[in-house]
Formats: sequence, structure tokens, C-alpha cells
Amino acid sequence: MSEPILEMRGLVKHYPLTRGILFKKQIGAVKAVDGVDLDLLPGETLGIVGESGCGKSTLAKMMVHLERPTAGVLRYKGEDITQLSGRALKRVRRNIQMVFQDPYTSLNPRMTVGDIIGEPFDIHPEVAPKGDRRRRVRELLDVVGLNPEYINRYPHQFSGGQRQRIGIARGLALRPEIIVADEPVSALDVSVQAQVINLLAALQRELGLSLVFISHDLSIVRHISDRVGVMYLGRVVELGRDEEIYDHPTHPYTQALLSAVPVPDPLAREHRERILLGGDVPSPAHIPSGCRFRTRCWKARERCALEVPLLAVPAEFRLAEGPAKHPSACHFAEEKRVVPTAGPSD
Amino acid sequence: MLLEVRDLHVEFRTREGTARAVNGVDYAVEEGRTLAVLGESGSGKSVTAQAVMGILDTPPGRITGGQILFQGEDLLKLKEEQRRRIRGAGMAMIFQDALSSLNPVLNVGDQLGEMFTVHRGLSRKAARARAVELMERVGIPGAEERVRQYPHQFSGGMRQRIMIAMALALEPALIIADEPTTALDVTVQAQVMELLAGLQRELNMGLILITHDLGVVADVADRIAVMYAGRIVETAPVHDIYRAPAHPYTRGLLESIPRLDQKGRELYAIKGLPPNLTRIPPGCAFNPRCPIAQDICRTDEPPLYEVAPGRRSACHFWRETLGREKPGEKPRGKPGGEPGGGPGATSEEKADE
Ligand SMILES: Nc1ncnc2c1ncn2[C@@H]1O[C@H](COP(=O)(O)OP(=O)(O)OP(=O)(O)O)[C@@H](O)[C@H]1O
Ligand SMILES: Nc1ncnc2c1ncn2[C@@H]1O[C@H](COP(=O)(O)OP(=O)(O)O)[C@@H](O)[C@H]1O
Ligand code: SF4
Ligand code: SF4
Ligand SMILES: [Mg+2]
Ligand SMILES: [Mg+2]
Repeated sequence: MSEPILEMRGLVKHYPLTRGILFKKQIGAVKAVDGVDLDLLPGETLGIVGESGCGKSTLAKMMVHLERPTAGVLRYKGEDITQLSGRALKRVRRNIQMVFQDPYTSLNPRMTVGDIIGEPFDIHPEVAPKGDRRRRVRELLDVVGLNPEYINRYPHQFSGGQRQRIGIARGLALRPEIIVADEPVSALDVSVQAQVINLLAALQRELGLSLVFISHDLSIVRHISDRVGVMYLGRVVELGRDEEIYDHPTHPYTQALLSAVPVPDPLAREHRERILLGGDVPSPAHIPSGCRFRTRCWKARERCALEVPLLAVPAEFRLAEGPAKHPSACHFAEEKRVVPTAGPSD
Repeated sequence: MLLEVRDLHVEFRTREGTARAVNGVDYAVEEGRTLAVLGESGSGKSVTAQAVMGILDTPPGRITGGQILFQGEDLLKLKEEQRRRIRGAGMAMIFQDALSSLNPVLNVGDQLGEMFTVHRGLSRKAARARAVELMERVGIPGAEERVRQYPHQFSGGMRQRIMIAMALALEPALIIADEPTTALDVTVQAQVMELLAGLQRELNMGLILITHDLGVVADVADRIAVMYAGRIVETAPVHDIYRAPAHPYTRGLLESIPRLDQKGRELYAIKGLPPNLTRIPPGCAFNPRCPIAQDICRTDEPPLYEVAPGRRSACHFWRETLGREKPGEKPRGKPGGEPGGGPGATSEEKADE
């Protein structure tokens, strides 16, 4: 197995909650990310799913060094980059780029598309010498399926899907090895979503990128990812290859999440069990003791309040080979199939 | 028929010209039944609903034709005073964004209670008791205490429940829910949909469910109406549409969603973009994006052909579309050859200026 290109070890991001205006007193913390261990392998697409507020964007920002972790270590090709700054950071950052969710607000409205896509070259002139930039930008426009003639247009002259392509072109400008895409299609309509997903998948394949694809949409994540991590309240609770997570989930939260996704196929729906969770996700400022999912878990027992379940292959699956053998942070992990088997691919 | 919308037209005056947001919409809802209205953003779903409710922004909006028959009476002929009485008691609406549609400075008990003091002439105390009952009915734990709280003190899912409670207060015959769960998380979405569908059955209300999520539709709707550029392009019982769509746009939508139960190959992508409503193409509005368009499609607007009893499609070639096998056998040419199909695909998309 190849060495991971990006390693996250015990990553934590806490935002202090303060009271008082003059003398700020810390009264607690929003535990946005609360201990995440993940590896990104070269050339793979790692999907991350979870409900709103579970820490996906915060984790993404730590991966690209837009946020500094409160604790934990981030390694790029084996090198600890957590505390890098200045020139050393710049060198690494070039290789890890981000694509944002919102194509409407993440592009500067007063800059032309050419300037937006070419901006990273100002910071990294070594990638594209001055005289060569327009040509490079045109190439990038072409790569993402936009007409290179549009180079002098402004963002408002483009549709949402096209703006998302501009964001992707900008992310690709420095020829990074890693792209972290945070909800890159969530703001788009279905018909346009498909165009952008196909583009990202093809780019990943053809350029050999390592892609982190973050979304709250489980179907889209399955479609594009090699491996998937499921997050709940700042932690990864289950991790595996796509069929391990979707067809053989062992964590109750993953099972509930999968069973809640509405499925359009009327035949598939008939053989489907719905797990309705009670209540809402607790606030990340008040994370339950023990297993953080226990306030909504239908299987919770006393042990769940006392002991934090770690993300590891559960003992009962450790010995046998099979798709249930993958990390799951639950004391009482059990296989439960909730997504009906695909019929003869219709 | 509880509600029948006939040939409805709505226009907006904009700086760019007249936007034809609704261009002859026909749909109907029976008592106790659920009609799902499906379509991309901007296709006219909300504007149609606002016209039915009588809450359209006029100006810039203007209803330029058609009828809205509610329990047999044409609402467009009524005075504002009469329509106000129908809103609330006859029909009610649930919006996507509960926080901005609830009054932030009134506690939820007062807001719910107002329905009863204003429309039913109850005392404040009696109204408060009804408010607590309603909150219990929509599954808000501790209603007795929480009735004095303000909207921002509730989670998104709870607020949506309060909106549902408001809409149900006077037990209207028709509920219009405009993307009621779009802003919620999947697990909460499932709770809220279950609640809404349960109450709808229990109270035998008609429900118009506006959504862009095919999965949600399949779960609760009896019939489905697909909108494109301000028209219904296909309408049918839910299962029929899923098994065999009779319009290329519906077929494209079905094929472009990734599936939860299998890892996909390349997704089918409908090429291009929906039209600018100030410049809807002549003939069939879908023709620039349609993989099987012929000359006639660029000149003649297709009527809503009757495909089977209870099924209609606004496509000249509905027979050919229907005849194709189930989704999967795609009417596409080269995969990825369409604009946006992949890197290097030269784009013919026009920026929608
Ligand atoms: N700068 C900040 N200060 C304080 N709290 C923050 C900050 N940024 C994020 N949070 C909190 O951290 C938690 C995780 O936020 P994050 O944006 O990572 O969630 P997410 O999983 O990306 O959610 P979504 O699906 O809604 O995008 C949330 O409770 C959020 O309110
Ligand atoms: N108040 C308004 N002024 C101008 N145009 C409007 C207004 N409300 C809606 N529109 C336009 O009408 C069209 C249909 O909108 P809408 O019904 O909201 O679409 P959706 O199907 O997403 O609900 C859109 O092009 C929209 O921009
Ligand atoms: S550890 Fe306990 S509470 Fe947590 S998911 Fe497993 S069974 Fe549920
Ligand atoms: S009428 Fe023509 S263009 Fe319109 S959907 Fe049918 S085949 Fe396509
Ligand atoms: Mg986010
Ligand atoms: Mg709308």
C-alpha cells in the first residue's frame, strides 16, 4: 500500500466561547472538530459526509491550512506541516488547494475571470512566468469545459455551474497534488450538478489528483468516492470503501443516515427499513460524554455514556475477512443493511 | 376537484424585459391527495404557488391569464377581503425558510394563538391552550414550557414543525408546502416529512408539495407534475413517471441523479442551461437541450398530449420517449461529448446573461 499523501492525526479545532466585552472570559468551547484521524492516499477520492455543523468545513480548512488546529498533527508526505509558516508553508500550500461550495460568493465580482483564475500565479510566479499567464488561463478554461474566449468576462455573466467551473480552474492553476472540494455542487440544480461531478471525476482521473470530496449528499459521495468517512459532531465515526459503508455499515449513525435518504426507485423503496432518529444533533459546545451519538442512538446502553468508542475495526469483525471489517466507532457495532441491493442495473 | 389551476400565466417586469415566469400552467389536486411539483430553480414552482395563495408580489408580478378554481370558485375573481378569509382557513402555506417566515419578536404561543383569536374569536387563554395542543401534535417535547419561547430558540427542524403547526391550525382543505425540508439535514428531513405526510392523511387535506428532490416525491406523493420554464411538461402518477418517463426532460432529470445503491459510471448530464425567461426559445422551450429535438420542436410548441388516462406529456415525441427502455438505456450520443461532459469538452453553453 502506498504512503498517504496527507495524514491527519488527532486533529482538533475548538473555537472559544467567551462572555464579557472588556474582559473576555472563556466560558466554554465550540468543539467543531474534536479528534480526527484520517489518511488521504495518492490518487484516491476520499469522501466525507455528515450533517450540517458536524465539522466538515472546519476539517477541510485545516487540511488546506486556512485554519490552524487547536491540537493534533497534519503531515504532508510524511513531513509535519502543522506549524509551518512563511516560505516553507507557501511551498506546501501550492500543492493543496481548495474549491469552495458557493459559486455565488466565493468569486470576486470586480475581477475578470482571467484575473481570478490567474491570481494564484501572483503568489507563485515560479509556476507561470508573466508572459505566459494568459495562455495558461485559457488552457485552464478549456480544461474545465469553458470557452477560452470568456477570459475577460465577469463572474455575474456566468451561471452557477459555470462559476463552479471557474472555481475549479482556479484550484487547478498551481497544478496541486491535492484538491479539497467543500460541497462543490450543493448550490447547483440537479441537471447542472451532474455536469460538475463528471468534470471533477474526470479531472481527478486524468491528472491523478488526490481529491477530498465533502458533501452532505450521500448518493453523490458514493458516486465519486473510493473511500468514505462519516462524521458526527466533530469526529469520524465510520470509515471504509464505498461498499463497506453503503452496503455493510456497522455504525448506528451511518445506518440511520443511509436509511433517511429518500430513494426515488419505487421498487427499491418497498424493501426498505426506515430508522427514524429522535431529536436533533446536540450542540458542539455540549458534546455528550462517552459516545457522542448516544443521545440519539436506539442501541445506547450504560457503557455508551461511560466509555468513548474509538475509531477502529470492532472486535467482533476483526477476525473474519469481509466487508464488515472496517473502522467503526461503536461499542455495539453490528452489520445492518439499510440500502436495498441495486436491482439488475436498470 | 379541490384545486384546479387552468392555463395560468404570470409575468414579471424586469430591467431586461418581461420575464414569463409562468406560461400556461395546468394542474389539479384532489381532496386528501398529494401532488408533487418538481423542477429546477427558476422553473416557476413558487410563483405558481404564490398566485394560488394570493401572495404574489404585484408589481413587479402580474397574472396575465388563466383561472384558479378552489372548491369550484375562481379565486382570481374574488376581492382581496374574501381571499384573506380563504388563506388560513381554506388553504395555508409552509415555506422553506421557517426562521424568516415566523415573527422573530412574538413568542411561538402568541403566533400560533393568533390564528385562533383572529379567525375563530377565541380568548387569549383558550388560544394559548390550543397552541400547546398543536405543538404537541407536531411532536415538540415540553410544549407547555416551550410555548413561551421565541423562534430563534428552536432548532431548524423544530421551527419547521412550528410552521407546520401554524399551517394546520385551522385545518385547511389545502396545504401548499414549498420545499419544506430543503433547508434541513437528512435525518431531520425524514422526521419532518413523516410528520407532514401523517397529518395530511389524518386530516384528509390536499397537499401540494413543491420540491426538487425526486426521492422526497416518491415517498409521499400520489401524482407528480414536472415544470420546465414556467410550464408543466409532464404529469402522471408517481410510479409511472419513474418507470417510464414520457418527456425527455423528466428522463434527463431521473438519469442525472447519482444513486445511493450503486456506484455510478459517468452521470448523464442534461447539456446546457434552462432558458432565460425573458427570451424563451420558440417551439418547445426545452429544444436547445433536448437530445432528440427535430425541426418541428423549434417551431411548434407542443400541447400537453394525453399519453394514457391520467398521464400527459408536452413533447411531440412522447411515444418515442416512452418507448425507450427504463432509465439507463440512455438517449445520449457520446458520453462526455456534451458540453460539460468532461475536461476538454468544448463548451457551447451560453452564459445566461
Ligand atoms: N469561526 C468559528 N467560530 C465559532 N464557531 C465556529 C466557527 N466556524 C465554525 N464554527 C462551528 O463549528 C461547527 C462546525 O462547523 P463547520 O462549518 O465545520 O460544519 P460543516 O460540517 O461544514 O456544516 P455544513 O454542512 O453546514 O457546512 C459548527 O457548530 C459551527 O457553528
Ligand atoms: N418578485 C419577483 N420579481 C421578479 N422576478 C421574479 C420574482 N419572483 C420570481 N421571479 C422570477 O420568476 C421565475 C420563477 O421563479 P420561482 O417560481 O421562484 O422558481 P422556483 O421554481 O425555483 O420556485 C424566476 O425566473 C424568478 O427569478
Ligand atoms: S457506542 Fe453505544 S451509543 Fe454509541 S453508537 Fe454504539 S451503541 Fe450507539
Ligand atoms: S418537443 Fe421536441 S424538443 Fe421538446 S422535449 Fe419533445 S422532442 Fe425534445
Ligand atoms: Mg460546511
Ligand atoms: Mg422556489
